[in-house]
Order: sequence, then structure tokens, then C-alpha cells
Amino acid sequence: MRIAVCVKQIPDPAAPYELDPETHFVVRPEDQVLDDTDRYGVEVALQLAEAAGDDASVTLVSMSPSGSLQGIRQALAMGADKAVIVDDASLRGADALTTSRVIAAAIGREGYDVVVAGTESTDGYTGVVPQQIAEVLGAPSLTFARKVEAVDGKIRIERQTQAGYDVVEAAPPVLLTVTSGAVEPRYPTFKGIMQAKQKPIDTLTCTDLGVTADNQQVITSVDPVPARQAGEIVEDEGEGHLRIVAMLEEAKVI
Amino acid sequence: MVRYELSDEHEAFRKVVREFAEAEIAPHASDWDRRHHFPVGTVRKMGDLGLFGLPFPEEYGGAGGDFTSLCVAIEEIGRVDQSMGITLEAGVGLGINPIATFGSKEQKQRWLPDLVTGKALAAFGLTEPDAGSDAGATKTKATLDGDEWVINGTKAFITNSGTPITSLITVTARTGPEEISSIIVPAGSPGLTVEPPYEKMGWRASDTHGLVFDDCRVPAGNLVGERGHGFQEFLATLDDGRIGVAALSLGLAQACLEASVDYAKSRVAFGAPIGRNQGIAFQCADLEVMVDASRLLTYRAAALKDAGRPIKQAAAVAKLYASEAAVTATRIAAQIHGGAGFIEEGPIARYYRDAKILEIGEGTSEIQRLVISRGLGLPVA
Ligand SMILES: Cc1cc2nc3c(=O)[nH]c(=O)nc-3n(C[C@H](O)[C@H](O)[C@H](O)COP(=O)(O)OP(=O)(O)OC[C@H]3O[C@@H](n4cnc5c(N)ncnc54)[C@H](O)[C@@H]3O)c2cc1C
Repeated sequence: MRIAVCVKQIPDPAAPYELDPETHFVVRPEDQVLDDTDRYGVEVALQLAEAAGDDASVTLVSMSPSGSLQGIRQALAMGADKAVIVDDASLRGADALTTSRVIAAAIGREGYDVVVAGTESTDGYTGVVPQQIAEVLGAPSLTFARKVEAVDGKIRIERQTQAGYDVVEAAPPVLLTVTSGAVEPRYPTFKGIMQAKQKPIDTLTCTDLGVTADNQQVITSVDPVPARQAGEIVEDEGEGHLRIVAMLEEAKVI
Repeated sequence: MVRYELSDEHEAFRKVVREFAEAEIAPHASDWDRRHHFPVGTVRKMGDLGLFGLPFPEEYGGAGGDFTSLCVAIEEIGRVDQSMGITLEAGVGLGINPIATFGSKEQKQRWLPDLVTGKALAAFGLTEPDAGSDAGATKTKATLDGDEWVINGTKAFITNSGTPITSLITVTARTGPEEISSIIVPAGSPGLTVEPPYEKMGWRASDTHGLVFDDCRVPAGNLVGERGHGFQEFLATLDDGRIGVAALSLGLAQACLEASVDYAKSRVAFGAPIGRNQGIAFQCADLEVMVDASRLLTYRAAALKDAGRPIKQAAAVAKLYASEAAVTATRIAAQIHGGAGFIEEGPIARYYRDAKILEIGEGTSEIQRLVISRGLGLPVA
């Protein structure tokens, strides 16, 4: 079973983000980390590969400036076998559809039975890339999986819904997106970290893949979340609760 | 030249262990301490992360890593919980190390796979009620009877010797008038009594017992290394262990530094953060110096060990400085925290209680000074 996992390197969420004033995209430092939500995808892929046996492979696919490759190495250290990165200056500020075409081309070039992705990235949040990849590849997409298993040659998932969950299955080739409830991602071991240094990382350009950036979506402006206002301290002299009830009503909370 | 800068891989590993320690250990450390509870499940998780196998060959399930990576792990676990830090340090440095270094092929094959994966723990029984710093005064005796050793005597303060997953204790015993040897005593051997755990001032979630050997019989093949070489062997084991204790001390000083700087910035007295007072700020500066110096000494000793160079002096220097710095650091942190540093709701009181043993275990400060003085060629007794 050939499993491709979509992963993204993002700036460390612990550090403040900076936006490019022109493209409104996040400025990418040299050192980026693995998007936390992708750890679930990597874990699901590793578990599927472990269940499938020896000839299963897990390939990471990512479109991003390579930088120090720190984030990719984190996922390799968890146990993925290799990585394919599409790093091309023309992709700076690529929209979701371009991103999906590029990643689909990279996955198609590698060959795959199953594609695993998170539900959305922590820095971009469009939440549409995995389904668009499936569409470009012509594969069914099983989304919002809270549980994944391979049964009788098919991939079966429990799809998280508002009311409960649906059980959905499809035969490979198939794409699935996994929620953070699906699995407990493993910690990389020191052995894994040392092995990650030796694992192959292919870097491709748009020319290698025969794709061109064709952005149709532009972010026209970005408004920051308003800074939190200072709270109001209510001195309680027996009537404090009335003032609090009034405040909650004003805020339309009750 | 031996470099003691950490590699990118060591730093990446530090991040992983820190994340693990903060998620799996930090939230429970105070509760385990209060209940004197040894958390077997967490030790097993440390095993899954490969921490007990770091410096050992892949052949036996180890990581094939180095001593430096072990120090990184001990430092990071010790930064949130000294009890789990010593469980790791003693498990590897005292428990596994003698068997991995001096054991026979059969002993390694039998014991190492479970030990390096944290499924089992090993202990090292050197100290006795009447032989601590003066370990050569060991009274425990082992006599060969056919194809069995018969062991009689008492050991004191033995870490990891009575946990539910303890598989063996390597004990030092007199096998002749002028000879000491090391012998593996499997847990549950007939004639071995594990006494109830000590009530300790610190390291309360760590497992420590006295042991009594009353005609305890083990196979003759359980002799570790060479008969009569037990003394040199445990001295070598302790040299390695001292670097581990330095790393554990460093973790504690680092925790004190972080907590103290945070508190000095946020605690307000007389209308300003207490860190506005030089009396407080300069103590934080001193903590920074202690942490830096401990770090350099610890990782220098680890780098020498990894390079196969002599470590006796560097290990004693690192252990002495880092453990004394850790004790000072906890005293400073408690002072900066005021009353909050004295109550058990926060971690500072636990840090303070955990520190003192660092100046005692695996060779007291006096013994380190003795080793260092001898290294200088002084005719000290
Ligand atoms: C929690 C805990 C865990 C431990 N774990 C283990 C373990 O796993 N395995 C193990 O074998 N042991 C273990 N120990 C024992 C520990 O290593 C000893 O307590 C330590 O070596 C000191 O020995 P002692 O207690 O007999 O003190 P003593 O040797 O009696 O020392 C008393 C004092 O005299 C000083 N002193 C002694 N000789 C000299 C000298 N020549 N010059 C100057 N001063 C001197 C000492 O420095 C100390 O201040 C543990 C102890 C504790 C408390």
C-alpha cells in the first residue's frame, strides 16, 4: 500500500506571526515546524502502513519553501519513509486551487493508493485543499474521519458529524481527511530523529511537475482581531449579581 | 578537540522530550510526590519513547545513540520532575550500564531487551548501612556453593529496587577476603527481602528500599564481569552516573531559573514588579550563570564520554558544581517566591526538598572533592 500524507511546514505558532503587506500571506522563516494538525495525518498513515505490512510505504508531500526542512524532518522522525517537496518561487502566495493542483501532481507522480490529510492548516485555514486534491486526482474523498481502518481491501472511516458519526467506506485509490480526535500521534524517538537525517527528500519545481501557478483568488485585505478590551470589575456590595446579569443581557449571552 | 555543542538532532530530541515531559509528567508530578506514588504507567511511556535505551546498541533494542542524548533526556525530565528524572538516571546509569558494559553475551541477551525498552527496571545495590562513601567496606558476602552463589548481607537506599517492574538488582559483595564482585540478583529470588519504601524528604515518587539477603541463592553464571573486579567496575559505573546526576541537577536549576524570572516579572510589591529591585534581579542573574556553567560542565563531560576520552575528573567536576548549584538555585527560587515558595501548592517547595539529595547520591560533594583533589595529584587521604 502506497500512502501519501499531505503535510505543511508552518511558522512556529508560539512565535508571533508576521504578514507580508503585499500578498497578505504569512512571512515564512527559515525554521518552520510541522503543523500540529498534520501529526494526526502522519500517525493515521503510519498505522495504516503498519497494518498493511512490509511493502507499505509512507511518503510525505508538501508544497512550501523548504527552508531548514525542520518541520518535514519532524514527520520523517515519526516514521515516514520519504518526502517530496514542491518548492518554486512562482508558488509564493498560491491560492487553494493552485496548491491543490500542485500537490495532486506531486502525488500522482509518486503513485498512491491512499492520500491522508488533516482537515485544515493552522496558518491558512481555507479548509478546501484536501477535497480539491481528491477532485483533481479523480479519487473519492472520505472526510472528517474520527476513526480509520482498512477492511477487506477498503478504507472505512467514521465521519464525525454534528449528530454523531457516519460509517463511510471506499476502495483505494482514495483520499481521507482526519480530525485531531482520530489518533494519538506518537512522539519521535531519538533513533527516529537520527534516521530522519538519512531519509530521501526530493525537491521538485513546477517545471518538474508540468504545472503552472494560476492564481484566481486574491486576499484583498486582512483585518486583525480587535484587541481585547479591559474588563470591568464589579464591586459586590450585595447588589453585584444584578449588575452582572445586566452585563450578560447586554452582551446577549442570556 | 572534543566539541560540546549540541547537534541539531540533539536539539530536536530535546523538544520532543520537553513536550512529552510537559504533557505526561508535569501535570502529575506534585500529586505523585504528595502520595509517594511511583507511576509505573508513566515509566513505561518513557520506555516507549526509547529513553532507557538511548546509549545502548540497537542489537538489544537500544537507540544506538550517545551519552549526550541521555543527558538531554535526564535534564528535560528532571526539569519537570526530579523523581522521574532519577528513575531514568538510575535505571540507565546504575541499572543497565553495569550489565551493558561488563555483562556476558548471555546476560545481555537475557536482560537488556526488556530493560532498554523500559518494560523492566534494574537497580544497583552498592551502599550498605555501614558502607556508603567508603564502599570498599562492603560487608555483604557471596560464597560459591556448587553452581550457586549464596548471598548474605544488607543493602541500604537502593533506587528502583522494589517497583512492580524491577527485574534485577546487581549487588556488590565480598567473594573473598580481599575481593569484591558484582552479582545479578533477579527480583523475587528466594532469600531476598525488599523492605518497605523509605519515607524521604524528596524524590518521593522515586522507589527506594533497603534489601536483606538471607541465604539468597542465584546461579553462578550471574557474576557480572570478572570475579574480584567489582570495585573497579562500580567506580567506572559511578563515573558515568555522575554525569547523569549533573544533568539531573541542571534540569532542576533550569526550572528554578524559569520560575524565578517569571515570578520576578509578574509579582508586584510596592507598586512595581519585584524584579525592579536589584536584590531580586541580581539573584536571577546569578541563576542564569549557574545554569550556564552547569550546562557547559555537564555536556563537556558527556562529550568526553562519547569521544571515548577519560572522564573521571570532568564527571566529578560537573557533578559537584551542578548539584551544589541546584541546591543554591532552589534556595534562591524559594526566596524569590516568598511565602508561595514555602507551600506545596506550587512546585518550588518540591524543588527545594528534591535538591539536597543531589549533593549526596552517587558520591557526596566531599567524595567529589576527594576525587578531584586526587586528580590534581594531591596526597589527600
Ligand atoms: C534517595 C537515595 C537513593 C539512593 N540510591 C542508591 C542506589 O541506587 N544504589 C546505591 O548503592 N546507593 C544509593 N544511595 C546511597 C548513596 O549513594 C549514599 O547515601 C551516599 O553515597 C553516602 O553514603 P552514606 O549515606 O553512607 O554517608 P557516609 O558515607 O556515612 O557519609 C556521611 C558524611 O561523611 C562524609 N564523608 C565520608 N567519607 C569522607 C571522607 N573520606 N572525606 C570527607 N568526608 C567524608 C560524607 O561526604 C557525608 O557528608 C541512595 C541514597 C539515597 C538517599
